[in-house]
Amino acid sequence: MDDRPLITTHDLVKQYPAGGGFFTALNKVNLSIQRGEFTGIVGPSGSGKTTLLNIIGALDYPSSGSTLVIGTDTQELDHRMSARLRNEHIGFIFQTYNLLPVYNVYENVEFPLLLLGMNADERDRAVMQALEWVGLTDKVRSRPNQLSGGESQRVAVARAMVKKPELVLADEPTANLDAENSHNILRMMVRFNEELRTTFVFATHDEKVIAYIRRKITLNDGMVVEDRETKPAIH
Amino acid sequence: MIRFLLKGLIRDRNRSLFPVIVVAIGVTLSILMYTFMFGFLDETVRSSAKLNTGHVKIMTKGYYEIQRQLPNDLSIDDAGTLIGELRQDYPEMEWVPRIKFGGLLDLPDEEGETRSQGPALGFAVDLLGTNSRERTRLNLKGGLVRGRLPLARGEILVSEGFAQRLEAGIGDTATLISSTKYGSIAVQNFVIVGTVTFGIGPLDRNSVIADIEDMRYTLDMSDGASEILGFFPNEVYDEAAADNIARAFNTVSAGTDDDFSLVMLPLREQNGLGEFLDMARFRLSIILFIFFLVMSIVLWNAGLMSGIRRYGEIGVRLAIGESKGQVYTSMLYESLIVGTVGFIIGSSVGLGVSFYLQEVGLDISGMVRGSSVLISNVIRAQVTPSSYFIGLIPGLVATFLGSAISGIAIFKRQTAQLFKELES
Repeated sequence: MDDRPLITTHDLVKQYPAGGGFFTALNKVNLSIQRGEFTGIVGPSGSGKTTLLNIIGALDYPSSGSTLVIGTDTQELDHRMSARLRNEHIGFIFQTYNLLPVYNVYENVEFPLLLLGMNADERDRAVMQALEWVGLTDKVRSRPNQLSGGESQRVAVARAMVKKPELVLADEPTANLDAENSHNILRMMVRFNEELRTTFVFATHDEKVIAYIRRKITLNDGMVVEDRETKPAIH
Repeated sequence: MIRFLLKGLIRDRNRSLFPVIVVAIGVTLSILMYTFMFGFLDETVRSSAKLNTGHVKIMTKGYYEIQRQLPNDLSIDDAGTLIGELRQDYPEMEWVPRIKFGGLLDLPDEEGETRSQGPALGFAVDLLGTNSRERTRLNLKGGLVRGRLPLARGEILVSEGFAQRLEAGIGDTATLISSTKYGSIAVQNFVIVGTVTFGIGPLDRNSVIADIEDMRYTLDMSDGASEILGFFPNEVYDEAAADNIARAFNTVSAGTDDDFSLVMLPLREQNGLGEFLDMARFRLSIILFIFFLVMSIVLWNAGLMSGIRRYGEIGVRLAIGESKGQVYTSMLYESLIVGTVGFIIGSSVGLGVSFYLQEVGLDISGMVRGSSVLISNVIRAQVTPSSYFIGLIPGLVATFLGSAISGIAIFKRQTAQLFKELES
């Protein structure tokens, strides 16, 4: 078993031009996240949570420092290679679900598999399994506008999990959900984490999410101010 | 994957139906504009050639210099011999003599007193010759409003408007009062056997059409002609050939400089038609250029807006693992599909309407009423081979370029920025 960290950041700095100078979103962030962790990056708005998640997901590049994700230095990746890294190894879950509105539930979940070049039979099996995981096999032909918020986020989870990625990055996944749906989604994620050993990294300031995580990394003004293991309040 | 993208394209009306409609409308308008412009120019050349200028025209130099006065005292003598020579030298062309004349048309009552009269502008053509194509060329049968075409000497046609003003009926006798080639008064009675309309304002006002032999007799122009017109086969004007023929003909008669020496003019060099056509073509080119530019900008902008509107979707696709190149390529494919479908629909509609308007035309008589220029009352579209492809510029090229340029923004924008726009 590979016991190297799944994610490592070293002196990660991200600055954005602002006015005549720069705004520092991340300031020398050093982290190491192991496989199978269920980690939350918490902090107030503007603390750099989403920026960190974007850099880990190879959606953005740091101004300095380095990020190793699944053994790959993301700074050395061009657009095509970073797309492949996301496609093969990383699942994303967004606050606003971001399902493709013109496609039905089945097709939304199928999309990442099409990019992987999987054949139709394999795709069908994987999609139906993912929809079974999230309990939406009866909504296969529904369009996103026919789903509730909770159902939409479950589709988004199925889309992220269908390719059984090693890492799922979830940016405020419960921000638009009521308590019941939030707990349903989080329990589902815990199950994936335990059964499939999928690593989950959340960017959140939602206490409901914080109640589930086992490691809490607190950011403030772009710096890690606290990094500790926590005992999940709910399991 | 292609099926997946096609499904999305078809289902998202903002990406398919609306852009296709915009492209189709743009292409339709472009084709209509294009075919009408060409139709107008072609009709102007055709009308002028048939009614007035021929593809080339021979006159005496004296007649040419004051031709507006219809000076038949300076007309061509022995036109038959000249036409024989021309047929030998230029056998591919058709040569026809015509006489233009002015005068007064008088309608007497039962007692021989003037009932009504009016100034007439006449032209005499070979109406009765068995091999003559002048009746067809002038579309006299098609333009007949009342009565019939002349079948014998002494019969004339008058324009319907003129007949109405004179209150002339079919079968009425009319007296033409004019002047002979030698300057004396010419008076001759004719029977009005039909009325015609040419669809051209100046001709419909006060025209008289008579057989050329009748007018030779009336105007004392034995075997004479005001002008000899030459026509290319199938009535298709060949500018270069006309110039060459005229140059060759004029070289032979260049040495003589008396009023009765002959001169040949190609269509372009008559009545400022060349300048008119050049100016018209230049202006129409500018209008077409501006129109195509505007249409292209509209369609380009539609492509651009479509691309920008989809930043959110693009952000998701990038996050899921599609590369920027794949997203960009798929956008270009989509624009090609939209452009092609829009081009096909727009071309079908545009060409369909153009074909219809080529047959039926658009009546602009209200606009040219009172004009002395030989412009047809009905302008028609003209579908040329290039009409089939002209819609490619605004339809396919502009749409594709719009998507290509908006797609560049995908590459220029940080993935994370697209991502933020997705979240907003």
